[in-house]
Amino acid sequence: MIRVENLVKKFGDFTAVKDISFEVKQGEIFAFLGPNGAGKTTTIKMLTTLLHPTSGTIELDGLDPTVKAKEARRRFGIVFQDPSLDAEQTAWENMDLHGVLYHVPRKLRAERTEKLLKLFELWDRRDSYVKTFSGGMKRRLEIARGFLHTPKILFLDEPTLGLDPQSRNQLWMHVKNLNETEKTTVFLTTHYMDEADRVAHRIAIMDHGTIVAQGTSAELKAQTKSDSLEGAFLALTGESLRDESADSKAAMRQVVQMWRR
Amino acid sequence: MGAIYILWLRELKRYVRSRVQIVVSLGQPCLYLLALGFGLGPVFREAGRGSYLQFMAPGVVGMTVLFSSVFSGIAMLWDRQFGFLKETLVAPVSRMQIMVGRTLGGATVAILQGTLILLITLIAGFRPHSWVAIPAAFLFVILIAVVFAALGTAIGSVLQDMQGFQLIMNFLVLPIFFLSGALFPLTGLPKAMAVITRIDPLTYGVDGLRGALTQLWQFHAAVDVVVLAGIAVVFLSTGAYLFSKIEA
Repeated sequence: MIRVENLVKKFGDFTAVKDISFEVKQGEIFAFLGPNGAGKTTTIKMLTTLLHPTSGTIELDGLDPTVKAKEARRRFGIVFQDPSLDAEQTAWENMDLHGVLYHVPRKLRAERTEKLLKLFELWDRRDSYVKTFSGGMKRRLEIARGFLHTPKILFLDEPTLGLDPQSRNQLWMHVKNLNETEKTTVFLTTHYMDEADRVAHRIAIMDHGTIVAQGTSAELKAQTKSDSLEGAFLALTGESLRDESADSKAAMRQVVQMWRR
Repeated sequence: MGAIYILWLRELKRYVRSRVQIVVSLGQPCLYLLALGFGLGPVFREAGRGSYLQFMAPGVVGMTVLFSSVFSGIAMLWDRQFGFLKETLVAPVSRMQIMVGRTLGGATVAILQGTLILLITLIAGFRPHSWVAIPAAFLFVILIAVVFAALGTAIGSVLQDMQGFQLIMNFLVLPIFFLSGALFPLTGLPKAMAVITRIDPLTYGVDGLRGALTQLWQFHAAVDVVVLAGIAVVFLSTGAYLFSKIEA
């Protein structure tokens, strides 16, 4: 469904994404993990036609998004890292506007909107302005909106940032559910290892613009001989710390403890 | 087409829903109308130019349309800040449609504002030479609205933050208003001033409005229409180009 080969993005002298390649299969939930500034959002922006790659090829459902941007955009939905709702309109109006922009016929638009708003428990608040919503409700609405045009791929860029555990739990439950019922391929990034461990079928770990490892959660754990994904993550991305510090193991332990807290 | 319509409708909804904003934005033109209209009235009459209110009312209508339409374009900054702009930029519709929808929406809001202020000038005592003049005046209201909504979109596509807003206000919008002949006649001006007023697009809009409503023409109706339409084409294409260059 998604095929990326030798993808590179440079901003002036700085190379944000260094020659990465990966593949996501139809119906898969694929997690992209990495510390801040690893290049995850830049990669998502290139996949979603918002940035032009410096070199390399991208294929979304057999289409090159750099050439057929409009056709590619019809096939995916995206939930950005920061909100992108129109706060001055109601939940229903936000959904409707999205449906019009994505050419969803009127009747289907109304049906899907009702189904998704009910599923994400926002139906009762459909006529309230989005500015009156809590952070969790806004996120739910954005994800519901992302599913409205039945995309083949849904990109979620840190969708649970700043949410309480209840909202996070519920949100992933819905995403998993829709991944199964609508066969939507999901590409997500997150900082919460437990979420990736629970939700994702396969995981890629990115650091300093390159993919340092990819595979299932079990494979990553085995590869690094860690008992948790968090341990695997730190073993893979903590390398730079090890270079800088004299006592590498102590530094590592410190980081691990920090994460556990 | 659907995309243009829904984005146009969004601008309209935002306008109708912010009633406080409507009242606030009508405050300034009302102040000009009352303070200057009645304040400078005696001096103007003494100079043998007739009623000042009669002279400046079309100018105030032009000003309202100018401010309202430029601001609607710059309001794109908010959409950028709150992220909604990105939602439209990844949608499978062309940038052109998004730009046209937004610009037409802004222009429509400006036309509504202009209509409201025209009603207020009528209450304040302004009288057009005949009621048939109103449709002709609307042609100019529409032209002014489109020209400056397109300018607003062009500016909004380039501005990155709110600091630039003050700059645009003080060095672009206010000069366009003050140098347009909205408040004073364009006859007998110093040479430099005469030249500057003639490169100000609003000059032709105000002249058209004033001519249509009071039959007091500086130029000719045809000249005003052609100049405004020409500038509209230039600003719309510039706006469309700059909007297409936005990187999210």
